[in-house]
Amino acid sequence: MSLFQATLQWLTDPAHWQGIDGIPTRLGEHVHLSIESVAIGALIALPVGIVLGHYGRFGNLAINISNLGRAVPSFGILVIAFEVFGLGDLPIVIALTALAVPPMVTNSYVAMREVDPDIKDAARGMGYRELAQVLRVELPLAVPLIMAGVRTSAVQVVATATLAALVAGGGLGRYIVDGLARSDNPRTLAGALLVAALALSTELVLAGLQRVLVPRGIQLLKAPVIQRATTFKTA
Amino acid sequence: MPNRLFLDIVQPWIDWTWLSHHVGYVLAAVQEHVTLTLVALGGGLVIAVPLGILAHRRPRLRVLTLSAFGAFYTIPSIALFALLIPYTGLTGTTAEIPLIGYNVLILVRNILVGLDAVPPDVLDAADGMGYRALPRLVRIELPLALPAIFAGLRVATVSTIGIVTITAVIGLGGLGQLILRGLIETFYSPLVVATVLCIVIALLADVLLAGIQRLAVPWARPS
Repeated sequence: MSLFQATLQWLTDPAHWQGIDGIPTRLGEHVHLSIESVAIGALIALPVGIVLGHYGRFGNLAINISNLGRAVPSFGILVIAFEVFGLGDLPIVIALTALAVPPMVTNSYVAMREVDPDIKDAARGMGYRELAQVLRVELPLAVPLIMAGVRTSAVQVVATATLAALVAGGGLGRYIVDGLARSDNPRTLAGALLVAALALSTELVLAGLQRVLVPRGIQLLKAPVIQRATTFKTA
Repeated sequence: MPNRLFLDIVQPWIDWTWLSHHVGYVLAAVQEHVTLTLVALGGGLVIAVPLGILAHRRPRLRVLTLSAFGAFYTIPSIALFALLIPYTGLTGTTAEIPLIGYNVLILVRNILVGLDAVPPDVLDAADGMGYRALPRLVRIELPLALPAIFAGLRVATVSTIGIVTITAVIGLGGLGQLILRGLIETFYSPLVVATVLCIVIALLADVLLAGIQRLAVPWARPS
C-alpha cells in the first residue's frame, strides 16, 4: 500500500474522528488556542497602534517592533514560556499572544498615519471633536490595513500553534509530533495535511471577512491592501 | 511554580560555568544555523531574481507566482518538513525546500515592487539613449529596484534565522538543537543562550545588510 493510500486511510478511519485524540478535538484545541491568542493580542496591539498612529508618536518603535518580532524565534519563546509557566494552555497562549502583537501594532500605526491629512483637516473644520474624528473619520479609513494586520497575525498564530505539540500542548501539531516520534508516517502526513488545510482556510476566511467588513467605497479608494501589510512569518 | 510535573531544582537562567565549558558546542550550533540560513537565502535569490524579472514582464506569470508561493508561504514549516520527510528524509534538503520557498515569495514580491516603481520617464530616456532591453534591465531598472530588493532581503534574512530553529524537529536546527535540548532536559541554559543568540544574530544580520545597502545604493538611504 502506498504512503498516499495509507494516509488517506488514516484520515478516513472513523476511529480517528472521535475521542480526545480525534481530529475534531485536536482541531477544536488548535482553533481555540489561536482565537484566544489573536483576541488577547488584538486587545493589546490595536489600541496601542491606533493611538500612536493618531498622534504620530513613537513611530520608530511601532514600526521596528515588527522587525524585533520577526527576530524572536517562536520555538524558543514557546519553550521558555513552557519552562516558566508549566503545563497547560497558559504558556502557549502567552507565547502566541506575544507573537501576534507586533504585526498588529505596526499595521494599525501605519494605517492611522496614512489617513489623508486633508480629510482630517476637513473633519476638524466640520466641528468634529477629537474622539469623534478618530472613531467616525480616521478609523473607517484605516480599517482595511488594520484588518490586513489582524489577518497576518492570525495566520501566523495558527501556524505557530502547531508547535504547541512540542511543549506537550494539544492542537493538530500533535499528529505531526507523535507521528515523527513513533515513525508513524501516515499519522505525520495526515497531520501535515490537516495543518496546511487549516492555515490556508484561515487565510481564505479572513480574506472573505475583510471583504465583508470593509465598506465598498473604501475598498475602491485603496489599492489592494494585503500586499502593503507587514510581511511576518514565525513558523 | 504551578503545574510542574517535577520537583523544581532552582536553576539560573544562564549557568555561566556550563556556558564557559560549552563554547565550542554553542559555536558549532551557530555555524550550522548560519549555514542553513545562507543556503536558504542564496537558494531564494537564485530562484527569485529571474522569476521576479520574468513575472514583471508577464502579468499571468505574476499572478501565478504570487498565488502559488503565497499559498506555500501560508503553510507552517513543520507541516512542510513532515510532508517532505518520506521523500527526502531527515536531511538538509528537507530543511531547505520550505525555507527557500518562503524566501522566494518575499523576494519576488519586493523585486516586483521595485521594478514597478521605476518611473516611466526614466525608461523612456533610457530607450531614447539607445539602451537595448538587457542593458536597460541591468544598468537602469535593477539598480533603481535595489532599495526594495534589499528591504525584501532583510525581511527574508531575519525571518529565516528565526524559522531555522524549527528544523530541530528533523535533527538539524543549529541553535534550535539547543532549544530542543533545553526542553528535553528541563535545562534553562542552552534554551536561553540559543534564544538570545538567535535574536542577536538576526538583528546583527539586519544591521549588516542595512550597511551593505548604504554602500550599494548610496542615492537611497535605507530607513
